[in-house]
Amino acid sequence: MNKIDQRLTVDEDGFLEEAYSVPGGESVRWCVQCGMCSGSCPNATLMDYSPRGIIALIRAGQRHDVLASNSMWICASCYLCTVRCPKDVKITELMHTLERLSAYYGLTNKRVLTSAMYKAFVNSVKSNGRVYELGMMMKFYLSTLLTGKINPFALIKMLPLALKLMLHGRMSIKPTKIKGSKQLKTIVERAQALGGAR
Amino acid sequence: MKYYAYFPGCSSSEGTAVAYGLSTQAIAGALGIELIELEDWNCCGSVPYGSTNELEAVCIAARDLALAEKTGLNLVTPCSSCYTTLNRANSLLRQYPELKGKADECLAAAGLKYEGGVKVRHLFEVIYNDIGLEVIESKVVNPLHGLRVAPYYGCQLVRPEPGFDNPNNPQSLDRLIVSLGAELVPFPSKDHCCGGSLVIPEPDLTLGLIHQILESAASNGAQCIVTVCPLCQTNLDAYQAMANRKFRTKYNLPTLFFTQLIGLALGIEPKSLALDKSIVSAETVLSPYTKVAEPAVQTSRKV
Repeated sequence: MNKIDQRLTVDEDGFLEEAYSVPGGESVRWCVQCGMCSGSCPNATLMDYSPRGIIALIRAGQRHDVLASNSMWICASCYLCTVRCPKDVKITELMHTLERLSAYYGLTNKRVLTSAMYKAFVNSVKSNGRVYELGMMMKFYLSTLLTGKINPFALIKMLPLALKLMLHGRMSIKPTKIKGSKQLKTIVERAQALGGAR
Repeated sequence: MKYYAYFPGCSSSEGTAVAYGLSTQAIAGALGIELIELEDWNCCGSVPYGSTNELEAVCIAARDLALAEKTGLNLVTPCSSCYTTLNRANSLLRQYPELKGKADECLAAAGLKYEGGVKVRHLFEVIYNDIGLEVIESKVVNPLHGLRVAPYYGCQLVRPEPGFDNPNNPQSLDRLIVSLGAELVPFPSKDHCCGGSLVIPEPDLTLGLIHQILESAASNGAQCIVTVCPLCQTNLDAYQAMANRKFRTKYNLPTLFFTQLIGLALGIEPKSLALDKSIVSAETVLSPYTKVAEPAVQTSRKV
C-alpha cells in the first residue's frame, strides 16, 4: 500500500485490501468521489448506498455496512457508471465483486431476492450446461416461497405471463443437456478445488 | 459468403427469445453470411454466474472460447449479455496472468486449451460493419416507408467496451433503420436499461424501468420498438401488460428484433421471421409490409 492509500483508509480488518485484490477491484483506489456513477445509475435512488457512497464506505473499511446493503443486488449491470467514470473505476465489476463477498461472509441482504435467482440460474447451468428457463423460474419461486420471502399472491400474479410465454412457444418444457456436461463438471470441480479467482 | 462460428445463447436457441434465433437464421443467407453453430456450446454464465463465483464463471466461458478457437472463426452471438460475458472472460484472461493460469489448469483437466485468440462479436456489429448499410440498402425490396420505429440499444451492445459505437449516444441502429426505409422517432431512452434479468427477483423496480422506456417510445409516436437483445425484447414485450397494470397505462407497442425488421425489408417470408412469437402482436402495425412480401421474394430471386 502506498502513502496516499494509507492516508485514505481506515482499514483495520483488511476490507480494502480484500476489495483491491480481486480482478477489477484495484480501480477503487482511483475514485475521486465525483458522483458521476450515482447520477448515471437507474437504480441508485432505491439503493441503501449509492455507488459513490459504496466506494466511500469501502475506503472507510466499513465491511458490514457495505456487504449487508441492498446496493449491489439491485445493480442491473447496465455499465453506464463504468463508461462515464472520469477515473476509469470499474464500478459494475465492483458491484459483482461485492455480491460474491457478501455471500461469502453470509451478509446477503434479506429484502432482495437477487441471490436466490442467481442460485437457481447457476444450478441450472451446472446441471444442464445451459439455462433451462422454466426450471430456473420454478426453482426460484419455490425457494423464495418456502422461505417466506414472497407470498403466494405474488406467484399467482406471474402465472398469466408464464402461460403467455408457453402459448407463444417461448418456454421450453424440458431442459436441453449438452453432450459435454461431464466435461463442464470437470472444469467446475477443478475451479472449486483451486479455491476462487484470487 | 462470409463464415462465422455462431453462439445463439440459451434464450435465442429455444427459450424466451427463440424468435431472435429463427429470424437470424432466416436472414443470414440473404445477407451473404453463414453462421455455423458452435458444436455443443454451454451457457456463457451471464451476470448470475459471474456474481457467484468468478473463477468458475471465467472457466465455463473459456470452454466456449476454447471450442470456438478450434474453428478458427470469429465467434458471433445475437445476445448482448453473451457478448459482454464472453468478452469479459476474454479480457480478464488477458489482463490477469494468475487467473489465466488457473483457468488453463481447469481447461486442461477437461482436455481443452485456450490460447486467447478468439474474437467475440455481436451479430448486430457484424451485420453493420462486415456487410454494411450500403449492401443492405441495395437488397431492400420492401422498403418500410412510413413505419415509425424507436431504436432501442439497451446496455450491453455498446457498453462497457468502447469502440463500436458511442456508449452514451449510439447511432448505428438508427442508421440501419433508416437504410431499411423506415422512419426514426426521437427516443431519449434508446440506451436506458430495461433491468435485464432483475425482472425476476425485483419486478417492481424493473417494471418502473420498462415503463419509462415504453413511455419514451410511445410519447414520441413510435409504432414499434426495435431491439438487439433477447432480454430487452422479453422485458418490453412479455412484461408490457404488467407494466401497464402497475402504471395504469395502455401501451400497445410491439417490440421486434432488428433481424425481423431486416427480414421484412428484404422481402423474406414473414412466417420464417417468427413474428407470431411476439406477445404484443405486431400484426396490425406490420400489415402494410407483410402483404407485399411474397412478390418481393420473387423479385429478389431474379436479381
